[in-house]
Amino acid sequence: MTSTKVSIAGVELKNPVMTASGTFGSGEEFSEYYSLDSLGAVVTKGVASEPWPGNPVPRIAETYGGMLNAIGLQNPGIDVFLQRDLPLLRKSDTKIVVNVCGRTEEDYVKVVERLSGEPVDLLEINVSCPNVKEGGIAFGQNPGALQHITEEVKKHAAQPVIMKLSPNVTDIAEMARAAEAGGADAVSLINTLTGMKIDIYRRTFTLANRTGGLSGPAIRPVAVRMVYQAAHAVKLPVIGMGGITCAEDAIEFMMAGATAVAVGTANFMNPFAASDIARGITRFMVEQGIEDIRDIIGAAC
Amino acid sequence: MKYLENCRIVSQEEISPGIFDMNLQTADIAGICRPGQFVMVYPQDGKRILPRPISICGADPESRTLRLVYRVTGPNTGTGEFSGYVSGDMIRISGPMGNGFDMDISGDETVLIAGGGIGIPPMLFTARNLNCKKVIVLGYRSDTFLAGEFGQNGDVFIATEDGSCGTPGNVLDAIRENGLKADRVYACGPKPMLRALASWAEANGIPCYISLEERMACGIGACLSCVCGSRETDAHTNVRNKRVCKDGPVFLSTEVEL
Ligand SMILES: Cc1cc2nc3c(=O)[nH]c(=O)nc-3n(C[C@H](O)[C@H](O)[C@H](O)COP(=O)(O)OP(=O)(O)OC[C@H]3O[C@@H](n4cnc5c(N)ncnc54)[C@H](O)[C@@H]3O)c2cc1C
Ligand SMILES: Cc1cc2nc3c(=O)[nH]c(=O)nc-3n(C[C@H](O)[C@H](O)[C@H](O)COP(=O)(O)O)c2cc1C
Ligand code: FES
Repeated sequence: MTSTKVSIAGVELKNPVMTASGTFGSGEEFSEYYSLDSLGAVVTKGVASEPWPGNPVPRIAETYGGMLNAIGLQNPGIDVFLQRDLPLLRKSDTKIVVNVCGRTEEDYVKVVERLSGEPVDLLEINVSCPNVKEGGIAFGQNPGALQHITEEVKKHAAQPVIMKLSPNVTDIAEMARAAEAGGADAVSLINTLTGMKIDIYRRTFTLANRTGGLSGPAIRPVAVRMVYQAAHAVKLPVIGMGGITCAEDAIEFMMAGATAVAVGTANFMNPFAASDIARGITRFMVEQGIEDIRDIIGAAC
Repeated sequence: MKYLENCRIVSQEEISPGIFDMNLQTADIAGICRPGQFVMVYPQDGKRILPRPISICGADPESRTLRLVYRVTGPNTGTGEFSGYVSGDMIRISGPMGNGFDMDISGDETVLIAGGGIGIPPMLFTARNLNCKKVIVLGYRSDTFLAGEFGQNGDVFIATEDGSCGTPGNVLDAIRENGLKADRVYACGPKPMLRALASWAEANGIPCYISLEERMACGIGACLSCVCGSRETDAHTNVRNKRVCKDGPVFLSTEVEL
């Protein structure tokens, strides 16, 4: 018997594959392709206390082996999320992780409090979005600020808290330690790397926002390195992501120290990516004679 | 339901400089798609990670073949890659995406079908499937690709920017020159053309349905890459924008910001 179960802060996932926030809506759209029951967890698009309109278009640009995005955290706000999106997602047999965004500490706390009585398994706090002017990244690039917001969120959260870390920092280990010191139950990484593309025919920026977050296969080696460093810096479970497109990529992150993984941009390259990766992990385990997926976590040494 | 299919290319031909006409054997998509819908076409070169949205130019529900007509936008592009494929090659597509045009129009209504440039292919599929009176207006820079295929579907009026065929100028010039009238407008083409048609339709008190374009990643409404401005707060997004891939690509001109 192969066991693909992993546990994040006491929440057991049937397999280590989650979706990366912002690439999978609230799951509903992708269920036109396959049953979400095949996933360990669905991570929702960032939800704020109020509706956010996001950035002007163009919001995305393709780059070599990757893409830039500057969606600007458009979301319908917590009320609509709770009334419409969460009940739909609950119909699937998968764990639910709600990604939370905000401009101020109070914004985050408001959302976290609204979620406290709801059937949600985990919270992921996005303090690493490079595409909104205030808030977001401001909390994610300074260890003191990160520790403080983690403490505030923890005071009000009913569910375990995952702090989502930015790769746009000098020392990722220090940031992981700050989240741990603030009382986080887990960390996830990496969010996108800040980038820019210029339209040489129009002599201007391809994205209306000028800069955007780089994701996709192009960033994977950076992500694997950062997951490795974070996993070695803290005792918390680490959720690894950044350019995962196949089961082998997911295994690589787990061997670097990730307890679970998230699939983002790959959902655009193949709408079945997350589900295919979950199945591919089991196949890899059978081929390699691995009985318990937990045996490979941090196996690279 | 949405399908991801690995399709065999039945034929591919360059019908005009840089414009390619590709026929694909699908399993399901050609059997269920509607005019105005599109598919996502996946490049195979790993450096290109995003699928390209391409409108459906035709579909045969019997043989399940799907026709796509697209323009190569430049060197080192995904469409450039597609143009190198030959019959027998395989290509991945997903779909059908989007809402499409309303095909349920009563017989005595007249629809003005307008296409501009590479916005013409979806209007051919639309013209062939509408069972009402049709007036067709096609705008080109110069070469009038696909125009010959519209003939059986209604009166066809052509405008060319270089004046080589039909009315010199654009779609609006052809409409005015020929004094065309209709009960509604269905259109796809460049933004300036859509804007002009929308104000012409508004001035004539008729509804104008337009197919919009935006950069896309998921094609199914999940990533919010492809939004357009909405005049009112949108029921789904709860803000003043709409998802072109899912709520569109066809919108009533008065519900969106052009
Ligand atoms: C709903 C819809 C239907 C369309 N139907 C057709 C059609 O039937 N025939 C046709 O020739 N073209 C059509 N287009 C435009 C077509 O999608 C773009 O020309 C194509 O994506 C450009 O890709 P590329 O590989 O040539 O360029 P690249 O420069 O390699 O593209 C880079 C990225 O930008 C995106 N992109 C570039 N230009 C556009 C654009 N104008 N619209 C949307 N995305 C763009 C690409 O999809 C890709 O993600 C349609 C677009 C939409 C949104
Ligand atoms: C279109 C898009 C939207 C995103 N939106 C969010 C978001 O709302 N919240 C968040 O925490 N991360 C967001 N991300 C970041 C991803 O969750 C993920 O951290 C990153 O893309 C790296 O993984 P990938 O290479 O597998 O995509 C977004 C990424 C993309 C491409
Ligand atoms: S392309 Fe993802 S929402 Fe339209």
